[in-house]
Amino acid sequence: MNRRDILRRSAAAGLLATPAAGLLAGCATGGGGDKNDAEIYRGTKSAQNPLGVKEDAPLEVVIFGGGFGEEYAKAHEAMYTEKYPKAKIKHSSTQEISKTLQPRFVDGSPPDVVNNSGTGQIDFNGLVSQNALADLGELLAAPSLDAPGKTVKDTLLPGAVEIGSYDGKFLVLNYTYTAYGIWYSNKLFTERKWEYAKTWEEHIALCKQIKAAGIAPWTYAGLHPRYMSWPLISTAIKFGGPSVALALDNLEPNAWKSDSMKAAADAWHQIVKDKYILEGSPGLDHKQSQTAWCQGKAAFISCGSWLESEQKDVTPAGFNMTIAPTPSLGSGDKLPFEAIRGTAGEPFLVPAKARNVAGGLEYFRTMLSKKGAQDFTRKVASLTVVAGASEGVELPYGLNTVVKALDASGANGFNWVYNNYYRKLERNLVDAACGEFFSGRIGPAEFLEQCQKGADSIAQDSSIKKYKRAA
Amino acid sequence: MKHGKWPLIVTFLVPPVLLYVFFVVSPYFQAFQISTTDWLGYSADANPVGLANFKTLWHDDYVWNALKNNAILLGLVPVLTIVLGLFFATMLAMGGRKGSAGVTGVRGGALYRTVYFFPQVLSVVIIALLWKEVYHPNKGLLTTALHGLGLPAPTWLGDPATAFWCVLAVMVWSNVGFYVVLFGAAMSAVPKEIYEAVLLDGASRFTTLRRVTLPLLWDTVQVAWVYLAIFALDGFILVQLMTNGGPNFSTDVIGVRMYDTAFGSETKFGYASAIGVVMFFLTLSVAVLSLRIGRRERIEYS
Repeated sequence: MNRRDILRRSAAAGLLATPAAGLLAGCATGGGGDKNDAEIYRGTKSAQNPLGVKEDAPLEVVIFGGGFGEEYAKAHEAMYTEKYPKAKIKHSSTQEISKTLQPRFVDGSPPDVVNNSGTGQIDFNGLVSQNALADLGELLAAPSLDAPGKTVKDTLLPGAVEIGSYDGKFLVLNYTYTAYGIWYSNKLFTERKWEYAKTWEEHIALCKQIKAAGIAPWTYAGLHPRYMSWPLISTAIKFGGPSVALALDNLEPNAWKSDSMKAAADAWHQIVKDKYILEGSPGLDHKQSQTAWCQGKAAFISCGSWLESEQKDVTPAGFNMTIAPTPSLGSGDKLPFEAIRGTAGEPFLVPAKARNVAGGLEYFRTMLSKKGAQDFTRKVASLTVVAGASEGVELPYGLNTVVKALDASGANGFNWVYNNYYRKLERNLVDAACGEFFSGRIGPAEFLEQCQKGADSIAQDSSIKKYKRAA
Repeated sequence: MKHGKWPLIVTFLVPPVLLYVFFVVSPYFQAFQISTTDWLGYSADANPVGLANFKTLWHDDYVWNALKNNAILLGLVPVLTIVLGLFFATMLAMGGRKGSAGVTGVRGGALYRTVYFFPQVLSVVIIALLWKEVYHPNKGLLTTALHGLGLPAPTWLGDPATAFWCVLAVMVWSNVGFYVVLFGAAMSAVPKEIYEAVLLDGASRFTTLRRVTLPLLWDTVQVAWVYLAIFALDGFILVQLMTNGGPNFSTDVIGVRMYDTAFGSETKFGYASAIGVVMFFLTLSVAVLSLRIGRRERIEYS
């Protein structure tokens, strides 16, 4: 092959490739505009149909196939078709929400209802900042399906609307109500005559006792160490009050290095220093650590109230898992011992470009009816954001303790949302810092320094939209 | 033949080339275009930002950390895999020397060959999950074995000091089998007389490998080198499944960084594409360089 040949061939290749590239450049990013003329389903609003659902419009629902399965959603869909028999529902379930749906969002043809959850969850910051989500405000104002005289909003637990709101707009329906705390086996504790400690000093003394009995006091998901950030931040908030959480969420300068965070980090460092953590924990993932805990190798573990259903297959009978709030640092704590982190979780959304937005909202109204919520609680043993919906439903042992803990916590309950605003901050940055801290490679000061550095990097990144909350 | 050529080209070569251009080449071009935008992946809005993504990338410590890990993989995985592959293949082809029988493999060679090839039959996902259990810090094979000997065991994937090397070991383990077969096939093409001559001259096994086998197999080794170098620059599946880059980013690789930026903790598709473009050029340069450096005279047996 001589030089001229090569030149000629590469020119030909260039000619071939250029139009093809032009043709395809429109493919990944350029879709949206063309499909706007697709029919948008809208019906007439009436007292019977406050959201204006078109009764024969198809509805597409995509469910995250995780711990809750998909049976509960099929039941909700059946309730929807009971009311709109002409509507065809397309149901699917996946564990890879982001990979499955990303092209459809770009294309402008997303499904009508998405259960955006799991590790393949789409980052909410990205969705909200691109106006990809429909405003759910109309849903809140609509009358509830089976609570006469009440709007949907009136039936929700406090905090349910705030957590799904971005800059004052309600965009994400978090359907479950989750408590985050420290779990132990009531059976183990009764047998050994141990009592859950209410103060940190007593907690450390109890850990000493547990260790002497040949059991590791603690274990945690070493490969997802952010699970341990939850009790640590909870301790700080109970010590310093809800303003501690507000500062973290609003990315205030040095929020992670506040006195309350320092006090909490110093306290939690004790269980690392005194080797109260099951050996090998840093190498366990969440399932492995939870299983070790269920097998009685460790006494305490930090988790949310989904723990019981997640561990259903490996929990021995009569284990009686019990949730408890984090111990108080001392009498100076701003919040009482009973205060626990409770928040709405399991996000559902309606894409702004869905063809049947009204149907999506109506589907949410079905989920949030007392009937829909009770059915969910019965099927998956988890609470919903619908107030009082667990009444009359027989709950498993662990969930019962969650209900009691939430009741006792009452108005003192607290929460933070920086993990929703900035997924990367919790999932990557605080996570890595927790890994170093709870395996004992760094001390409390370095831990907070590393978290602060992560928060600062988010604050300084102009490509990430920032949110502020007032209280 | 002259005028029979064109119909053949048109029917057999043009369709595959078009398919290739459409499904392989054009997405590359598209990635280049996306890398110059601030596209966030869930709408059709993408504003051109020029080279801003690349500028950010230059100052991104996490990307540099991932690149550093890739560089270590690039330095070690091909060498270790090829050395082990050559060693095993040599032992299987000519390890046993029975005076009168001349050059033969070690006893049970067929069995070894099958066993070495096992990892190649398993999917990478299975390999990752398998090794995750082997590295289980409390009841894994390794920990139990060490404890059985009365030795302390590290937490393997849970410790930044060991996690990276654990992943690297799996990479080598999962690749060696294939190269044993590849080198073995190449060795069987070498005329036996050469080895008999070497044997008569009294060369040791190591000298035979270094002075005779390696030069004769150079082309194959070079191909292996390029494949393994590309593999080392990727390493995505194993890392993502075993550690997802942790603990504390100690096993992060550039592929995981790209995935995480687009589908994981963020939705920055523009920035992720920029990482992809960098990866493309790195891989290309490494492939070209290793082909260039390894160029030697070809030996023909006849």
